[in-house]
Amino acid sequence: MISISNITKKFDDFTAVDNLSMAVKSGEVLGFLGPNGAGKSTTMKMITGFIKPTEGTIKVKGMNVETNPIECKKLIGYLPEGAPLYGDMTPMNMLKFVAYTRGMNLQEFKTALDIVVIKTEITDVINQPIDTLSKGYKRRVGLAQALIHDPEILILDEPTDGLDPNQKHHVRNLINEMGKEKAIIISTHILEEVDAVCSRACIIAKGKKIIDSNPKELKKSFKNKNLDSIFREITLNK
Amino acid sequence: MNVLLNIVKRELASYFSTPLAYVFIVIFLTLIGSFTFYLGNFFVRGQADLNSFFAFHPWVYILLIPAVTMRLWAEERKSGTIELLMTLPLTTTQSVIGKFFAAWIFIFIALILTFPIWITVNYLGQPDNGVILAGYVGSLFMSGAYLSIGSCISAITKNQVIAFVVAATVCFIFTMTGVDIVLNFFKVWAPEFLVSTISSMSFLTHFESITKGVIEIRDFLFYLSVIVFWLFLNVVVVEFKKFN
Repeated sequence: MISISNITKKFDDFTAVDNLSMAVKSGEVLGFLGPNGAGKSTTMKMITGFIKPTEGTIKVKGMNVETNPIECKKLIGYLPEGAPLYGDMTPMNMLKFVAYTRGMNLQEFKTALDIVVIKTEITDVINQPIDTLSKGYKRRVGLAQALIHDPEILILDEPTDGLDPNQKHHVRNLINEMGKEKAIIISTHILEEVDAVCSRACIIAKGKKIIDSNPKELKKSFKNKNLDSIFREITLNK
Repeated sequence: MNVLLNIVKRELASYFSTPLAYVFIVIFLTLIGSFTFYLGNFFVRGQADLNSFFAFHPWVYILLIPAVTMRLWAEERKSGTIELLMTLPLTTTQSVIGKFFAAWIFIFIALILTFPIWITVNYLGQPDNGVILAGYVGSLFMSGAYLSIGSCISAITKNQVIAFVVAATVCFIFTMTGVDIVLNFFKVWAPEFLVSTISSMSFLTHFESITKGVIEIRDFLFYLSVIVFWLFLNVVVVEFKKFN
């Protein structure tokens, strides 16, 4: 579904992403790990077509993101870093705006809304201005906005940040369930999350890919240490 | 087309979801009204026209239009929602045009609300309503030109205050080039063609000829081309800025 080949992103002299390649298939949940500033969000921004790579190509379902941005964007649901939302709108209006912009009609929107609202548990706040919502609710409205058109590809930048343990559990179940048929990339700092939801883990540091493997094998190759110490070992030493 | 309409609706709703819209409309009507009657001597002139009303439109626009446009892009960039907007399946041009039209419709509403002055002048005498209509249309076109400047400048910064001040200054410059004080400064040393180019770039000159009842297509074309130019620049700025 997603294939990234040799992408590099430079901001002036600073190289945020350095010759990164990877591929994600349908039914796969890729956990994108790395210290702050490793280039996770930058990579996600490039996949979703928000920024362009300096070099290399990204293909979504065989289509080039740079030359065919509109078609690619239709296939992707994206939760940007920090879950930005229009604070003056209610979740209802915000979701309506996103759904209509994605070409849905009123009937399609209503059907999709019913499903998404239950999935992300935002029924209680659906008519409150987003500015007045707690961080956890905002994050889930962000998630709802990414799911409204039932996309084949989901790019979620720290989807569980700011959620309480119960909500985290809920969102992880949601991702697990959706991961069966969609191609999902999530970025996270929380390593237990990788264990819980990801079928593959990709660790990057300083814009370079260091490890791309599944969480179980990763542990095996590091003599069953826990993921935390593996992460530290890899990202601090290299 | 539906996408465009959707953007317009969202932007327009967001104007009215904050007090900004109401504050703007009240101040706009108060300013225009007091200028017309006190500075413009609406009654003393004893003429059944709205020249003393329209004469102040450019000056009120300079002050108030940047307040309408300052949030258009600056807020999107500050809150990060620009990332959301730009990853929806729509082009930058569609967003730019959608936001512009929302602001323009808002000004259109404000202009319509000045209707009591039109009733007043019709009650007091027999004005040429064709000229008044031309004045309104001209004012709407001129406001579009100011809005396109403001929208473009709003895309340059994350800070709404900076967007306001810079936009007001640029609007001021584009207006003042039609005033004699500024033109005399150029007349001393600049060749005639340069002076007339500068003066023809002024929003004021074109608007004055419309409100006098001299309705020429080229005056409207002037405003249209200003709008197209600044919106084009707006698209370029948005595209360029998001990479940084």
